[in-house]
Amino acid sequence: MLSLSSQYPVLVIIVSLMSAPVCALLKGTRLPWALTLIVSALTFYMSIQLLINVTADGPTSYALGGWAPPWGIELVVDPLSAFMLVIISGLSTGVLLYARASIAREVLDHQLGLFFAAYLLALTGMMGICITGDAFNVFVFLEIMSLSSYVLIAMGARSDRRALTAAFQYLIIGTVGATFYLIGVGLLYMMTGTLNIADIASRFAEIGDTRPIQAAVAFIVIGLGIKLALFPLHFWLPNAYSYAPSIVTAFFAGTATKVGVYLLIRFIFTVFGADYSFGTVGLADILMPFAVLGFLSMSVVAIYQDNLKRLLAYSSVAQLGYIVLCIALASETGTTAAIVTIFNHAIVKTGLFLSVGCMFFVTGSVYLKDLNGIGKRMPITMFGFVLGGLGLIGVPLTPGFISKWYLVQAALEKETYLGYGLVTVILISSLLAVLYIWKVVEVAYFRDPPPGSVTKEAPLSLLVPTWIFIFGSFYFGIDTTINVGFAKAAAAFLVGGS
Amino acid sequence: MIFSAETHVVLAIIIPVLGALGIALAFAVPNIREGITLITSVLLCLNVFSLLPVIMAGTEPTILLVQMLPEVGLVLKVEPLGMVFAAVASSLWIVNSIYSIGYMRGNNESRQTRFYVCFAIAIAATMGIAFSGNLLTLFVFYEVLTLSTYPLVTHSQNAAALKGGRIYLGILIGTSIGLFLPAIIWVWTLTGTVDFVKGGILSGHASAGVTGVLLFLFMYGIGKAALMPIHRWLPAAMVAPTPVSALLHAVAVVKAGVFTVLKVVIYIFGIDFLATTGAAEWLTWVAAYTLLAASVVALTKDNLKARLAYSTISQLAYIVLGASMASSMAVAGGALQIVMHAFGKITLFFCAGAIYTAVHKTEISDMRGLGRQMPVTFLAFLIASLSIIGLPPLGGSWSKFYLMMGAAQSEDLWIMAVLLISSLLNIAYLLPIVARGFFYPPLGQTAAPVAVGYEKSDFSWANIKEAPFFCVLPPALTAGACIALFFLADPIMKLIIPIVTP
Repeated sequence: MLSLSSQYPVLVIIVSLMSAPVCALLKGTRLPWALTLIVSALTFYMSIQLLINVTADGPTSYALGGWAPPWGIELVVDPLSAFMLVIISGLSTGVLLYARASIAREVLDHQLGLFFAAYLLALTGMMGICITGDAFNVFVFLEIMSLSSYVLIAMGARSDRRALTAAFQYLIIGTVGATFYLIGVGLLYMMTGTLNIADIASRFAEIGDTRPIQAAVAFIVIGLGIKLALFPLHFWLPNAYSYAPSIVTAFFAGTATKVGVYLLIRFIFTVFGADYSFGTVGLADILMPFAVLGFLSMSVVAIYQDNLKRLLAYSSVAQLGYIVLCIALASETGTTAAIVTIFNHAIVKTGLFLSVGCMFFVTGSVYLKDLNGIGKRMPITMFGFVLGGLGLIGVPLTPGFISKWYLVQAALEKETYLGYGLVTVILISSLLAVLYIWKVVEVAYFRDPPPGSVTKEAPLSLLVPTWIFIFGSFYFGIDTTINVGFAKAAAAFLVGGS
Repeated sequence: MIFSAETHVVLAIIIPVLGALGIALAFAVPNIREGITLITSVLLCLNVFSLLPVIMAGTEPTILLVQMLPEVGLVLKVEPLGMVFAAVASSLWIVNSIYSIGYMRGNNESRQTRFYVCFAIAIAATMGIAFSGNLLTLFVFYEVLTLSTYPLVTHSQNAAALKGGRIYLGILIGTSIGLFLPAIIWVWTLTGTVDFVKGGILSGHASAGVTGVLLFLFMYGIGKAALMPIHRWLPAAMVAPTPVSALLHAVAVVKAGVFTVLKVVIYIFGIDFLATTGAAEWLTWVAAYTLLAASVVALTKDNLKARLAYSTISQLAYIVLGASMASSMAVAGGALQIVMHAFGKITLFFCAGAIYTAVHKTEISDMRGLGRQMPVTFLAFLIASLSIIGLPPLGGSWSKFYLMMGAAQSEDLWIMAVLLISSLLNIAYLLPIVARGFFYPPLGQTAAPVAVGYEKSDFSWANIKEAPFFCVLPPALTAGACIALFFLADPIMKLIIPIVTP
């Protein structure tokens, strides 16, 4: 008998996919938003159910259209993919609560239907990437996500026409990344004769030593490196995040690059296998230097930014460096750290971008020179920003601290001088975060507001969702049962092998 | 005691947090707002002292607040050392709240609500540090204390405050995240626990070399202990209003630092383990150097609060010195110094603030003859100075006495010499302020010649012009306490001794 809950794996992607064209047809300013919010909330609910089920019963497979894999497409719900689904749909729902007032100011009324249709497609793409068990299907969803994200970023053109070049730059680079990935998958298909991830993985050990497979690994890792903005392939990200509409930045900062990280983890641990990735081809030796260089240099660059969104964007690249380092440490603690950081950084950075969105809503600018004394003009928003900033620094009681705890622990567990050296650079980089956050704090509290400015807060429809994320980040920094619990389960599943 | 001991432990943090909320809500009515501050401080003090009989009976109430990480939670556990620290901080908060009212109103300071809110949060964090049951909990509250005091340090929001705030936050956050945190995680990876256990947890898990590195990370990671050369934040913090300097930068914050040092030495390394590895020998030298050098620097400072700040650095080094000697008497002496120095130094800061409120003078050279105008303030200053120097019958003499005994016990005679020289330096930088206040004529006046065989008193009731009552009462009270503590040292020692003897 078919119960509805057994169809959740397909429903989490199909509902938003089907709603997108409907949304594009809707007129008015409220209807498209309302539909998107309902769909996203529904998806969030189903994702939670999937996570609960997978925790109770273990991984499940869903044959799309009743065609058994490897002929049909398989949807796989395992601890990692279910956790990612919850993160993505949860963030999307939180951001959508905020979206109505914010986006009405940044996008023309008659484009709202199209905007939210693109938003739903982006959501579909991300959810699909996480849940599918088919390497080519990953590419399809990757393109759905990417194409709609080019559109979403370009929508920022009404506030700043540089959004168009940012979107175009992202389009070019993103297509290169996707093509690299596709070439890699093509080579895998050539050698294994299958596109099903589980099948590829089971045959991988025998053919791992062949030249085409090594080429495939290189193409996939670099392609994903572009998608997840691994230094030095990150240059599309600061532009895209700076000029996109506020809610798009907030949504993508928490999810889009994290999906790339998810794929990297998935390929390294599930498809290639940890022994092959770190033993035979030595991916750690390639990823680690770029990760370290990435978080050090990007933290420094962030200090010198005068655009708040760009500052946070560089900080995101730095945080992605941490996550890649966690993966490159190739241990269960390291993988736990990577997955928990995906969650923690998503919630913290989204909260920060939303509070910046509040500032933009009221002052019409995200440049520091226009935000003098913002702590006095918008005390509630700015206080939220400071609390979020503490999360980036990694102060205890914030999720950033939890991430740092596991990352440092993973590095110390190596018990080599390399490990101690990594601890040193990680901590130096966190202190750089103090500098770029405190630069904003000093502008906000120590400079006088421009003459004639008045104390005016953003409307409640913006403040409440922002503070949900801020409170949420403290909740997950104090009681880590949920985030660390699921991250540990996922890491044990990946590394412990099953 | 009304509730169970565990409830009272949690209440020690909840009361000031609720107080902060109340203060924030009552922002429009200053009298109610300050009333809430006072009530909160009294409640907190009663609450802390209600735990005293339990601790004296030898039990250690423990409670898990929240399971922060799967393996480590935020745990509160009251042991004698923390009890002493909490008792000192909470009782001085009452006096300091009275003083804050006098000072903040006397100087028409702005942003008073934020001031009282941050103050209450800082006290909550201090209670958390005092009652922390493992290193993680201690670190959490340690950082909360740093962040909650930042708005207090930069209260005036001018260029000097901005600069002072940068140094303050830069050093305290830099050392804690850069050194203290990795030390904690390292202990965790070595031993699988971060709990405070009597006798230490590192013994058997760490080689002598690793112990030395860890000790370095801890001692310089705990920036609040102001060991040279990371002491600069303390003078920088003096841009804060004087009540902040008094309670936070003579008692709560700096004592949180040395308290952490003692906790780490006693409960993480273990005194015996440290003594056998000899890993702490360098620390004795650094502490001794800090002790003397800070005193010498204090001599050169003309700004009263700067001089007191360097005096604090020197006095904190006594405690680190006690910890580094790794003998039971020296560590007990260090613990006693937390109490004795707190009462002495807060009195001195109260006096500095009273002088500022009354005549707006900050430089010592401008304070000639002020004793004739403000006799109560200067008498309190004298008593507290004598206590800091370590003369009987004042509390400070006992801590110096036990440190000397500790030095004798470990047969380090050069440490005794350091302590003696330091006491002389203390006299040299503290007593001239009092002497100039009473014996010199006020600035711009010269004493009329008095014929031989005649006497003329420089003192007259008409000249007396003290600071507001709320600024004068607190130093008088704490100066009295300095005397009382001379006779109360024994019960405090009885409390501390069990934790330093195996």
